[in-house]
Amino acid sequence: MAVDPAVARAVADAHRMEWAFVLAATVRVTADLDLAEECVQAAFAKALVAWGPSSIPARPGAWLTTTARNLALDQLRRETVLRRHLPLLVEDETAPPFVWGRAHEIEDDRLRLIFTCCHPSLAVATQVALTLRFVCGLTTTEVARAFLVSESTMAARLTRAKRKITQARIPYRTPRLDELADRITAVLQVVHLVFTTGHASPRGDELVRDDLVEQGLLLARMLGDLLPNDLGIEGLLALLVLTDARRAARLVDGRLVLLADQDRAAWDRDAIAEGTHLAEAALEGSPPSIYALMAAIAAIHDNSPSWEATDFTAIVGHYDALMAAWPSPVVALNRAVAIGFAQGARAGLRALEPLAAEPLLAAYPYFPAARADFCRRVGDVRSARLFYEEALMLTANEVERAHLERQLAELGS
Amino acid sequence: MAEYLVLIYEDEKSYEAADEATMKRVMAGHMQFGEKHGAVIRGGNALESTSTATSVRKGATGDLNVTDGPFSETKEGLGGYYVIEAADLDAALVIARDVPAEFGGVEVRPIRVFD
Repeated sequence: MAVDPAVARAVADAHRMEWAFVLAATVRVTADLDLAEECVQAAFAKALVAWGPSSIPARPGAWLTTTARNLALDQLRRETVLRRHLPLLVEDETAPPFVWGRAHEIEDDRLRLIFTCCHPSLAVATQVALTLRFVCGLTTTEVARAFLVSESTMAARLTRAKRKITQARIPYRTPRLDELADRITAVLQVVHLVFTTGHASPRGDELVRDDLVEQGLLLARMLGDLLPNDLGIEGLLALLVLTDARRAARLVDGRLVLLADQDRAAWDRDAIAEGTHLAEAALEGSPPSIYALMAAIAAIHDNSPSWEATDFTAIVGHYDALMAAWPSPVVALNRAVAIGFAQGARAGLRALEPLAAEPLLAAYPYFPAARADFCRRVGDVRSARLFYEEALMLTANEVERAHLERQLAELGS
Repeated sequence: MAEYLVLIYEDEKSYEAADEATMKRVMAGHMQFGEKHGAVIRGGNALESTSTATSVRKGATGDLNVTDGPFSETKEGLGGYYVIEAADLDAALVIARDVPAEFGGVEVRPIRVFD
């Protein structure tokens, strides 16, 4: 039986928007991530058959949750005697009991799910994988693709992580107020990684992985809804929105277009307005979060009528603050590049020079690419060629390679 | 409630070089830890240095080999442990943070329960 397109669309929308809600509420019943995931998957499949074009539930999330929970309860009744695994530790002190038939009162457990997936006792890469799998609802195959590993490798990694969550008793709960700031930092890092992995796909023939960019944005928005007034979250959302506003201009016919050369008319003005507003609010933090500072830099670019008119002096100022909060070699590199545009290519080269000793930048293609660019500007074609060649050796992304090869070719001989 | 083993790994050379004041501070730290968390400490001991360790493992031919030294040589050696009781990993980590280990750190491992 063919599924009605309106129904298919409603189910797809619910999958994107409500997966985390439905899964989090179902985990409450199963105390087991795997079983909950199975039942939620089955509930979505059931929706495709049960919903008609004129009978799409007003609140699909509630319908799906009730269905998934019923499936879970059936399953649990059948296998109560033979639960092989330790249950997930569901702390119940604050949660009201679920009232059957009154699905609109389902308590929102998404924060518990997010904080469990982003627990600091798990490796950061594992946190990202768990979040993509359980909060975003990606399949194991899709998560494996995001990490550029085989499906069996990713399945094993997820299994190990789930085993640690139950056996080490990582609790399924929202952190206490005194732990919240630290724990939010970990969650923000995960969401930022999901987005950047999509925005600058490290390998392969795609520069942008739209699916991961979307997931990063959805996660940041979800966090903003669940924890309103958190300036760190606002800063991250601002950064993602302002970065993504340039998506349409960043790639033309499969070619990477640098910020300087992008068609600014193709930028998403609504997104820029929203992101700028968020960035201004986030900058009120004392001190502002690293995301707020990065968002402020993105906002300057997004609101400049042209590359030449960009206020690079203000950008350098934000990088100075960012260096103080987060002294990382990559931030130092970006700061040096900004100095080059604020004060000239020679100043940029001088600022880049000391970073050559930085081991963390030794395999980072953007470093030689930046040096090549400034060398070209001051007319040092010989050095520019060497640095472009070095950058080419270091990058595996086909689109970026093509860009570097064009730059190299334009140098002439 | 669950039990966790808190393994204390520290640089033994730092202890060998430590002066009396340092040793007093370490001892006082453990006393303080015991007082603060006495209610959840189920056991614990300090160990003699890894140079006193003897390892016994099965050789290629199936017979047991006895060798001098710890099971694996690491910069930081296992110097002691506590067994603590905690509701979950978060609670265990809050307690583990108070374990004195100024020349290294601690590893927290859930104790397996067989049913």
